[in-house]
Amino acid sequence: MPADSAAVKAASQPEVLLEVDNVSLAFGGVQAIRNVSFDIRKGEIRAIIGPNGAGKTSMLNCINGFYHPQVGTITFKGVKRADMKPHDAAAQGISRTFQNIALFAGMTTLDNIMSGRNLKMNKNFFWQLLYFGPARDEEIAHRGKVEEIIDFLEIQHIRKTPVGQLPYGLQKRVELGRALAAEPDLLLLDEPMAGMNLEEKEDMSRFVIDVNEQFGTTIALIEHDMGVVMDLSNRVVVLDHGEKIADGTPDEVKSNQDVIDAYLGVAH
Amino acid sequence: MVTGGAEAHQEDTFPKLLLRNAERFAERPAMREKDLGIWQAWTWKEMRGEVRNFALGLAELGLRRGDKMTIVGDNRPRLYWAICAAQSLGAIPVPVYQDAVAEEMGYVLAHAEVTFAVVENQEQVDKLLEIGETYKGISHIIYHEPRGLKNYRIGGLMSFDAVQKLGAERFSREGEDWWLGEIAKGGPADTAIMLYTSGTTGRPKGVVLTMGSVMWAAEAGNRFDKLDENDEVIAYLPMAWVGDHVLSYAQSFAAGYCINCPENRETIVEDRREIGTTYAFAPPRPYESLITQTMVRMEDAGRLKKAMFDYFLGVAKRVGERILDGEPVSAKDRLLYWLGDVLVYAPLKNRFGISKIRVSYTAGEAIGPEVFRFFRSIGMNLKQLYGQTEASVYITNQPDAEIFADTVGRPIEGVEVKIADSGEVMYRSPGVFKEYYKNPEATAAAKTPDGWVHSGDAGFFDESGQLKIIDRAKDVGHLNDGTLFPPKYIENKLKFYPNIREAVAFGDKRDFVTCFINIDLSAVGAWAERNNVVYASYQELAGNPQVYEMIEKHVEEVNRELAREERVAGAQIHRFLILHKELDPDDGEITRTAKVRRALINERYAVLIDALYDPKKTRQHIRTEVTFEDGRKGVIEGDVEIRDVKTVGREPAFKEAAE
Repeated sequence: MPADSAAVKAASQPEVLLEVDNVSLAFGGVQAIRNVSFDIRKGEIRAIIGPNGAGKTSMLNCINGFYHPQVGTITFKGVKRADMKPHDAAAQGISRTFQNIALFAGMTTLDNIMSGRNLKMNKNFFWQLLYFGPARDEEIAHRGKVEEIIDFLEIQHIRKTPVGQLPYGLQKRVELGRALAAEPDLLLLDEPMAGMNLEEKEDMSRFVIDVNEQFGTTIALIEHDMGVVMDLSNRVVVLDHGEKIADGTPDEVKSNQDVIDAYLGVAH
Repeated sequence: MVTGGAEAHQEDTFPKLLLRNAERFAERPAMREKDLGIWQAWTWKEMRGEVRNFALGLAELGLRRGDKMTIVGDNRPRLYWAICAAQSLGAIPVPVYQDAVAEEMGYVLAHAEVTFAVVENQEQVDKLLEIGETYKGISHIIYHEPRGLKNYRIGGLMSFDAVQKLGAERFSREGEDWWLGEIAKGGPADTAIMLYTSGTTGRPKGVVLTMGSVMWAAEAGNRFDKLDENDEVIAYLPMAWVGDHVLSYAQSFAAGYCINCPENRETIVEDRREIGTTYAFAPPRPYESLITQTMVRMEDAGRLKKAMFDYFLGVAKRVGERILDGEPVSAKDRLLYWLGDVLVYAPLKNRFGISKIRVSYTAGEAIGPEVFRFFRSIGMNLKQLYGQTEASVYITNQPDAEIFADTVGRPIEGVEVKIADSGEVMYRSPGVFKEYYKNPEATAAAKTPDGWVHSGDAGFFDESGQLKIIDRAKDVGHLNDGTLFPPKYIENKLKFYPNIREAVAFGDKRDFVTCFINIDLSAVGAWAERNNVVYASYQELAGNPQVYEMIEKHVEEVNRELAREERVAGAQIHRFLILHKELDPDDGEITRTAKVRRALINERYAVLIDALYDPKKTRQHIRTEVTFEDGRKGVIEGDVEIRDVKTVGREPAFKEAAE
């Protein structure tokens, strides 16, 4: 048995899944994003990093249609996108988690994840109300999918626990589960490891890698923990004051002087 | 073997029993596993096919008679099938504790010369690959759960499905005659399994058990408690523990009852409730944690509920055990108990998932009498047995209605027990182990030429003929004034308090008794939350003065209890401290079955022990190396406070006179 056992990373596909081209976003006089361009390739884990207020979350909000950039274009799966609502983005295959958990606190883990299947349900309200015939078959199929996610994230023991009662780390996992339930092509994770301890971070990193490997889901994530970012991602884009200052592999970014300056500050 | 002997000789190995069961119980469930939220079942007939395909696959990969195959993981049907598949080919299964760190596991695998490994998931695969850097003997690693392993490109690594597919192909080419022939070659003298004992001293030893021994244990156990194919058992204890092997494998094959594998470790109580298990066997720890969880939750309950709970537990404590044993009880108490059952005991048992339990055993180490009585008083037929890996479990069992908290019952049929002059319990039975693998000195030290085994436990028979175990023979000591010092006995009294998870008492060849305490993080943590005590770590909570106050009260109460018992009244606790870290099997401080390793603790915490016996010291600095779950090392250090505790005068009159 060979000793060097490290998993071999799948060679990244060059095909571009999402292209951000020269995007600018302003709130009144505040320029949140300035002429930013980068791409996300199919099957990769792409990190967006930068100091506080760099425009990372704004960028994510543009990608999933919550904000509409005044300048520039976003192309997803080869289609240039017109102004759209978040649920249109979701229907196209983009789902996300939030910096501050946005689950239904009174609902169980199961129901929360099930809600992520909503867009996949075809039967109309009337059938669902009756829970009969095709609506029932459909719900059973969806439940099967949800159970796979529960199994995948190892949260069987909290299946029927209202998420409001769960510790923070598990809530984060449930939120990831709900995002996965939509079977997205692109998964946006906004600080998935914020506020976690080391062990929880390790678990979460494992899940992110597994999602990427197992389902082939493309992932874009914002994260402050540099160790996590450098370990997880294939490529990193760095924003500072709304502008892109670096883009490349973790190693390239790490040694980039502009990035070091942005994080540590420079004497002016 | 008086009854059923003739039948036993036809099927004298477990693979042969599998063939029999596949005909006799064909459509009855042999195993269930909860997967994706639904219980999946395999009948005996289906299981036969699964085992056959896997066995043929293993044969294709080169597993031969006498080869060793390790099994690592939580209780999964496939891992049990792997045991049977190996046995059917004459190979020897060597299950190891799934939470062992790589170094510990590596020792066992190298010592046993394991060549095949069947493991549950990526975590275990990684561990085996790490072991592979030093022990080169493993040629094949077969995994159950493919998740995370997609991009591993390693020779000899393959999935359980792939091996079964190999087997199925061979089956479709040439049928199963060859396999049946291999099974027919097996006999009672073959090695059935090797189980490494965690051992509180030194390196683990590989206990070699023959088919004949394990088969005897399976039949003796089934006969004693009248188990048959209608029983339901949940398998959740480590597969490397002899208790699980005999209960969840051997006895199931012999009786034909169904084994249920829980969804994961955290869902056991829920899964047990869904299945309604009828027979159970567990070390004291799971029972203790059920009580701890309940007590913690009741602290948070409303005042009415809490009052009801306390009142009816009082009733149960007074009359519950007598009702269970069929003794006469007044009509009023019977009525109260019935009411208590409706309001408290039955819902509680339902919560625990033990409503349908006919017989439940505790073994592995001494159970606290309070824990034991608690379960009996609410109507669960909890009994004690005394067993060892070296005996294929069974030595003594408590017969129904002869249950005492401080005895372990009578020798089960076929077992002879005697007490050596040294006070050590010795036994001889058909279940006795063959040898310690590759360790003739240890074998010779433990087993006499005529088959008597030194148990290592001190004990005696009481007036009613039941065996009483006092402690590990080598642990029982004496204070300098000659007072008996049984550490386990004192520790168990402490551990009944939900706030105390572990305790280690000192006193042998000392002037008085002292102890270390580990607080229970869930219980004390819940208390901290209620009282707005902020803490960031175990260490911080353990050092909290209010926590010390609370633990001090518990220790004082234990002293009062000890004072009431003549033999141990002198062994009251004079000083104690709360350890800055939890005793952890990863650090070797307790075994995987939660037995305290005293020698190691004496060595590692020598400064703390010295401080306990230095009256001038009220604080002591300590630095300890710890091992994290992934095997990395770190250091925890800090100051630990030492408290004096009030003791209760044994003979106050005498004391006053002396002053």
